[in-house]
Amino acid sequence: MLGLAFLLLPLAGLLVRTPWGELGTHLAQPAVAEALRLSLVSALLATAICLLLGVPLAWVLARASFPGLRLVRALVTLPMVLPPVVGGVALLLLLGRRGLVGQYLYDWFGVSLPFTTAAVVIAEAFVAMPFLVIAVEGALRGADRRYEDAAATLGAGRWLTFRRVTLPMVAPGVSAGAVLCFARALGEFGATITFAGNFPGVTRTMPLSIYLALESDPEAAIVLSLLLLVVSVAVLVALRGRWITGASS
Amino acid sequence: MLRRTHTPRHLAVPTAVALACTLTACGTEGDEAAADVTGDITVFAAASLTDTFTELGEAFEAEHPGTTVTFSFAGSSALAQQIISGAPADVFASASPATMALVTDEELAAGDPVVFVRNRLQIAVPAGNPAGVTGLEDFTNEDLTIALCAEEVPCGVASVQVFEAAGLTPAPDTYEEDVRATLTKVELDEVDAALVYRTDVLVAGDAVEGIDFPEAEEAVNDYPIAVLAEAPNAVGGRAFVDFVRSEAGRAALGSAGFDLP
Repeated sequence: MLGLAFLLLPLAGLLVRTPWGELGTHLAQPAVAEALRLSLVSALLATAICLLLGVPLAWVLARASFPGLRLVRALVTLPMVLPPVVGGVALLLLLGRRGLVGQYLYDWFGVSLPFTTAAVVIAEAFVAMPFLVIAVEGALRGADRRYEDAAATLGAGRWLTFRRVTLPMVAPGVSAGAVLCFARALGEFGATITFAGNFPGVTRTMPLSIYLALESDPEAAIVLSLLLLVVSVAVLVALRGRWITGASS
Repeated sequence: MLRRTHTPRHLAVPTAVALACTLTACGTEGDEAAADVTGDITVFAAASLTDTFTELGEAFEAEHPGTTVTFSFAGSSALAQQIISGAPADVFASASPATMALVTDEELAAGDPVVFVRNRLQIAVPAGNPAGVTGLEDFTNEDLTIALCAEEVPCGVASVQVFEAAGLTPAPDTYEEDVRATLTKVELDEVDAALVYRTDVLVAGDAVEGIDFPEAEEAVNDYPIAVLAEAPNAVGGRAFVDFVRSEAGRAALGSAGFDLP
């Protein structure tokens, strides 16, 4: 109970200080809709990237066995424990226009990733992917491998087995991971502002708007926080109800 | 003093001391107070003062054996909030009169704050100035990658003022959350130009070059300093403020890139 209070009381503080009377005026600012749209779109894209890259990675971690696997598993979770700002600096040093890889992108194709929406998506995916990988890896470990063996005995190839047998079995894990991943991406701040910068409509997501509003207009910051909170809770509740319990029952 | 460059040097120094004495009531009384300077002195100072004040603190400790100067460096508004919430500080050095006003409005300053340095904006470009930036006009070039401070923080407010004075509409690619973040983007060569304080350009060393521009005159930032009303060590606090405003203090601040009033 104490734990629950610890988690929920700060949110109560937010609700108490919300200027309900001026809620409409604050929310009607065009910049708010712009930031919210950018946040949702970039978090969705980041989740898609995480699914694309994270599910195969989780499969390798759960099924393969090679020396150094434990180390790899630890490294995969690094973005979870790394301060996001450090992640942002690391991305800048890799993908910035003078970065390890970024300098070739810039010199050969004229592409500079920082300060673009693509950079927001990359920063969010970097920070959020471990959440998906851990959830999917856990589901894969829990799945009964005899079904896969049976499929293989019946002549199914590895890809067909993965697609038709393994994936449906771990679907609840994948969707739980995707929801966590999306929620983490939606709230991403440190890596985003460091790697992608902050420009309205291009890289200024909701958390960045909230941070900047706090410097000059705390009331607006509280309203924006409340909006982000409502959206996050709505997404979590909707997806939990529809996918996770639905798929496992 | 800066403007009166024709004043002979041997006259200027005694004048400064006499002036300081009328302001701080030194003489025999002051000498007695100097003898009492001891113990811990806690100084809350704006982040942009980090390097100079650390240096000055060590010089002060050497001059007053038995004292320990402890600094808390952060954004001025955060420090002002901490002082209002009862943080046990002796001295507050703020990067803007507006944040100092938060403290004086609560009657938490002992006496009127004095402006001890000024800071102005400078154009910061990566070493070698790869984009060939020459002045404020280049900030309107869409093809350049440009970082400015967000308008919510003091350096962003100053940036808006200089662009208004110049009659230019900048085309930035990012509004950074504080002046050091803006500087970092220049240091890493991720932007072609940015507006930061002159002192920040000096801190960055060889990685960053600074370019002065005339419109910077329109947004000169005053730094006020004050001993606090509820200072646990008011005597020590006053001695530190006097030290910052002494010739030694001014020399250190001047070489860090600050303008001296």
